[in-house]
Amino acid sequence: MTNTPLTPKSYEGEREITWCPGCGDYGIIAAVKQALAQLQIPPHQAFFVSGIGCGSKLPDYLKANGYLGLHGRTLPIAQGVKMANHDLKVIITAGDGDSFGIGAGHFLHALRRNPDVTMIVEDNKVYALTKGQYSPLSTKGWISSTTPDGSIEIELNPILLAITGGATFVARTFSGDPKHMAQTFAKAIAHKGFAFVDVLQICVVYNHVNTTEWYRPRLYKLDDDATYNPRDYDAALQKAREWGDRIPIGVFYVDERPTYEEQIPALARGPLVKQAHAGYSKETWDEFRATMM
Amino acid sequence: MINNNLTIRIGGEAGQGMDTSGAGFARALVRAGLRVFANSDFMSRIRGGYNFYQLRVSDQPIYAPDNVVHLLLAFSPDAITQSLNDLAPGGAVIHDTSLKVDAAALAARNLRAFAFPFEAKALEIGRPAGMDPKRAKLMTNTAALGATAALTGFPFERIAEVILQNFGKKKGSAIADANLAMARWAFDEASKYADEFAWKLVPPVNPTNRMILTGNQAIALGAIAAGCKLIAAYPMTPATSIIEFMTAQSKRFNLVTKQTEDEIAAILYAIGANQVGVRAMCATSGGGFSLMVEALGMAGMTETPLVVVDSQRPGPSTGMPTRTGQGDLLFVMHASQDEFPRIVIAPGGIEACYFETARAFNLAEKYQCPVLILTDAFQAFSARSVDVEELPFEEFKIERGKTLTDAQLDALPPGEYKRYALTDDGISPRAIPGHPNAVYTATSDEHTEYGRIEDEDAANRVAQHSKRMRKIETMKREMRMPEWYGPADASLTLMGWGSTRYVIRQAVDELNARGITANALHFTDIYPLDEARLARELDKAHYLIDIEGNYTAQLARVVRMYTGRAVDNKILKYDGRPFTSGEIVDAVVKMTKDEGRKTNAFVFGRSSFVTQQETLK
Repeated sequence: MTNTPLTPKSYEGEREITWCPGCGDYGIIAAVKQALAQLQIPPHQAFFVSGIGCGSKLPDYLKANGYLGLHGRTLPIAQGVKMANHDLKVIITAGDGDSFGIGAGHFLHALRRNPDVTMIVEDNKVYALTKGQYSPLSTKGWISSTTPDGSIEIELNPILLAITGGATFVARTFSGDPKHMAQTFAKAIAHKGFAFVDVLQICVVYNHVNTTEWYRPRLYKLDDDATYNPRDYDAALQKAREWGDRIPIGVFYVDERPTYEEQIPALARGPLVKQAHAGYSKETWDEFRATMM
Repeated sequence: MINNNLTIRIGGEAGQGMDTSGAGFARALVRAGLRVFANSDFMSRIRGGYNFYQLRVSDQPIYAPDNVVHLLLAFSPDAITQSLNDLAPGGAVIHDTSLKVDAAALAARNLRAFAFPFEAKALEIGRPAGMDPKRAKLMTNTAALGATAALTGFPFERIAEVILQNFGKKKGSAIADANLAMARWAFDEASKYADEFAWKLVPPVNPTNRMILTGNQAIALGAIAAGCKLIAAYPMTPATSIIEFMTAQSKRFNLVTKQTEDEIAAILYAIGANQVGVRAMCATSGGGFSLMVEALGMAGMTETPLVVVDSQRPGPSTGMPTRTGQGDLLFVMHASQDEFPRIVIAPGGIEACYFETARAFNLAEKYQCPVLILTDAFQAFSARSVDVEELPFEEFKIERGKTLTDAQLDALPPGEYKRYALTDDGISPRAIPGHPNAVYTATSDEHTEYGRIEDEDAANRVAQHSKRMRKIETMKREMRMPEWYGPADASLTLMGWGSTRYVIRQAVDELNARGITANALHFTDIYPLDEARLARELDKAHYLIDIEGNYTAQLARVVRMYTGRAVDNKILKYDGRPFTSGEIVDAVVKMTKDEGRKTNAFVFGRSSFVTQQETLK
């Protein structure tokens, strides 16, 4: 191994990318590579977990370890990986349907635990790979093949959910702003604890409402507001509710809480993977046997 | 006098403390050098109802419950009425004076009743010790055990020792003293009748050190000895005590135990941990396993080692939560879409729960696939005294198959590692993620040798699917044939699987003693098995009787599917209760008297015996 600094190219996969031309995912994957390079995380120390859907193909196009699992099930896999080897940087990439439809239950429980993982949600507000059905984040009234008269459910607010559920890093970014995305991902990955990033992502084929043209005039950066303090819970809740004419992007909320892994006594001796398979001494077993007699 | 061959049943309502006092008595017996087999029967409720704890005692090795009860400690009217058919003539019932007892019914069966004012005495002793009446009444358990010791001639000091251990964390505590006083009083009272009870407990002069382990504890110990460092589970009877026991032992063995939000998460945690090189497991019952099925297939596709325990209870759906059954065999063999290699093992007996679970972790890594362990409520809750030498924990050898070592990883050319390399035996060398020379992705999609998504290419699909499925042929070479017990060339062969192993053996012994030559064929490894070898084993059986805890004779179906051999008769039971050897013997005897063998299946109800009308063949 050489000591040349890692660049975005260091994470370049060998695969032909199958996303549609103009898809927001191209920007997202570029920003992920940027962030990894910025933090100098070698590909073998990164572990990506994704689900099923357009965005979940992302790890297949990267050079890094990964597990492309089941629809909606990224978080439990990621937590199992992190518990087993907390030296790995665990990053989840999955769509909004995956994360908040079928996988919503796991999200709430991951928030409570504060595992030291990063979750990047590719939020295009539509089920794209199954050809355009409404998602839990689609605006009420969304017209699709399963909701021809418009959906009659209100949409989830993932930012609000993440803050109130206990995430210790909550941010939103936009697939049309590569620089902001890379910065936000880098902050999220560097954060110790559960970092949640909602990426507003365009889908040129199935989402004709939340387009680049729709987003651009509405988005503004929280960083530009010197008075905004992401450690102020109440202020974060207020910002999280903002949607419509003005949509904030940037870091909404940051908190410090012990990570789940830090609180597990068995992990104090180092990653579980390094402790395993050594067996136990006769003394340990003798002590145990005495307790069962 | 009958020495050291006794079964005691403690029956009453949930919450009366029978389990605790029964376990305490078992401990006293084992410390004194006697052997025990304990099983419990309880309802899915926390208070009330009718539960019992049963303790078989011997100075010889015992592996299953006996058919008869010699001494009943009755704490509720139900305890007596529900046990009448099980009590041996000459046996006895110990009860509180306040309990209404049908003396005529007992006398008709030649049963003796010993009544003592346990409750009144408990209140009398408890009050000065500062115990409220509810708490004081729990001491009737202690007293009943004192009385049991007296009737059976068991030394009082052994009981006292356990009482002190249970209640006397702080020496001389008022509660410990009160319990001791209760036990002493009952012991002295009952000693007056010692001549009227024939079964005696005579501890050996030099006691051997033995542990008492339940089936679930043995499973947990198998996992620990095999290097399992993580268990994830969602509470579900009768599997819960596996994660509970591992949690209680987590500091000693440095384990991570995780109660997850549901069973889906539990299996995914275990898969995630295994994927990055840590042996991990999950344990559940059939309902929880149903939730795990999608992820099971994922582990099959990504060739991730995994151990899953299904502790069966009767279903479908919620079924009978605290009862036992063997209805999940075909389900676990076939769960999840399409085909992938898996291993199904059903240990029979406490020691087998240990050995087979430990072995399951080696098999999972060797074949890079899910290994499913089938146990059930009967085996999960049963406990047995186990010789220290019987379970040599520290001698278990961890074998990781084609898992690449650090040295092998260092020698790999960077960027060329193929996680799913095509091999003759179907097993690809496995790198644990984290090494710069073996950076790769795994995916639930069909994939290339490198682990990249390949959803379209037909030739790649055939190559990868064939590679995975070839592992089944490789496994068959080491998977074990069913085990024979009893005389070769017997006229009858009793076939079973999993937890019925020792009960069937007991039935075989009883049948041979009655002049009916019988042997047993027990399956621990069930899938995959070498069909030709299995057929040859089955050829040795003249008249094959299948014994199973389900309606459709699932093992018989598996055997026929793989070998073409149909069983000749079946004994089936699905009332939620475990088989007893007596029931099996009765059924077999009826079969042998059934001229022309017109019936082809016997099905049990609770304490009843009916001939099944329909044909199950």
